[in-house]
Amino acid sequence: MSRIRVKLPTHLRRLAQVDGEVTLDVAEPSTVGAVLDALEERYPVLRGAIRDHGTRRRRAFVRFFACEQDLSHEPPDTTLPDGVTRGSEPFLVVGAMAGG
Amino acid sequence: MSGVRVLVGTRKGAFVLTADGTRTDWEVQGPFFPGWEIYHVAASPADPDRIWASQSGGWFGQQIQRSDDGGRTWNAVGNDFSYATVPGTHQWYDGTPHPWEFARVWHLEPAANDPDTVYAGVEDAALFRSVDGGQSWSELPGLREHGSGPHWQPGAGGMCLHTILPDPRDSDRMLVAISAAGVFRTDDGGKTWRPTNRGLVSEGIPDPDAEVGHCVHKLALHPAQPETVFMQKHWDVMRSDDGGQNWYDIGGDLPTDFGFVVDVHAHEPETVYVLPITSDLEHFPYEGKLRVFRSRTGGHEWEPLTQGLPQQHCYVNVLRDAMSVDGLDECGVYFGTTGGQVYASADAGDSWAPIVRDLPAVLSVQVQTLP
Repeated sequence: MSRIRVKLPTHLRRLAQVDGEVTLDVAEPSTVGAVLDALEERYPVLRGAIRDHGTRRRRAFVRFFACEQDLSHEPPDTTLPDGVTRGSEPFLVVGAMAGG
Repeated sequence: MSGVRVLVGTRKGAFVLTADGTRTDWEVQGPFFPGWEIYHVAASPADPDRIWASQSGGWFGQQIQRSDDGGRTWNAVGNDFSYATVPGTHQWYDGTPHPWEFARVWHLEPAANDPDTVYAGVEDAALFRSVDGGQSWSELPGLREHGSGPHWQPGAGGMCLHTILPDPRDSDRMLVAISAAGVFRTDDGGKTWRPTNRGLVSEGIPDPDAEVGHCVHKLALHPAQPETVFMQKHWDVMRSDDGGQNWYDIGGDLPTDFGFVVDVHAHEPETVYVLPITSDLEHFPYEGKLRVFRSRTGGHEWEPLTQGLPQQHCYVNVLRDAMSVDGLDECGVYFGTTGGQVYASADAGDSWAPIVRDLPAVLSVQVQTLP
């Protein structure tokens, strides 16, 4: 089991009613999909806000970064970088940059 | 003395404006859900403390928020608006087939007698219902599957179901309106639907008097006279005297009959309000003068209501869900603008004053008359 730090954007922190990062226990090997599953399990209000309810596909304006890598387009079974699984770096859920 | 609560949805959050029956001194709360688009905020007629809000955004999708204490605190409830069946395609703006995709909830219609039941009109057009306080939502697919769905098309704002009018005398009967498909009616509690657009004429579709395809912007009725339905169409202000089955033009002497809002006086079923907008290409008040028009004769003859409203250099819009009336003895009328003003009249429209002037663009105004 890995303890994964997850950093959410402001809108999702407010929805989940959390301050700062959240820490999740994720079974090894820890993958992008497993982190999102654990996140939605802990905070059901986030279901549908990061991934589509039905298809489970990432919403178009949401991105996933970790250890300076863009994991947004990687398949859900992609293993997280070592820095994230060791807890030295957070897994970032990011609202795509856009003005307005 | 009873009072009113004006529930305001904007491009960047929700606001709750409260006053006593004099409607002169206002308390402003908000923004709630700052940064989110709030397409509609609506209160339950069955429980004045229960308020619903549609919270959405391009980044993180749709949320439904519920307050059980009159808007002071909120909790997210269910947000899964999956279509009941594979939705297929509708027409895109250029007439080509386009996949049906959920985008957002435009309008919430709480049931009159049950605080746990609420309807939701969504884009791409469909009607959903929750009977468990918003925890889960089920589509009433008979509407989308009426058979004409492949011919529906989006208006400029999207292919939205924006009006839900339950018949106050018959729980099986309901009207809904979709832009741009038209009006649909059920007489069996939502199982089956039929288009009721006879009399509508629209130049933007190949067959101007087609059964479906009309860009209906808003409907309104008076609960004591539900067979009479008023419509602001893309162009044309229309009226039906048979529950939507047949429509006729009541634009009369309006300076322009384009617009978005229409509403009915709380105590006078033949007193109607519209707010003319210049044209489909010029979404601002005619001649730069913000004027509500009132007919006391159920249409045809309209008087401009201007006292307290800007009569020069005004180029805001008033969107389809942004007008409402209260039920106090002297009927109050309210509307919000894309410039962020919410105007109130405590004398049925004779005079107006802004409650607030600098909110984000207003998407919806719903007034709750407090006991």
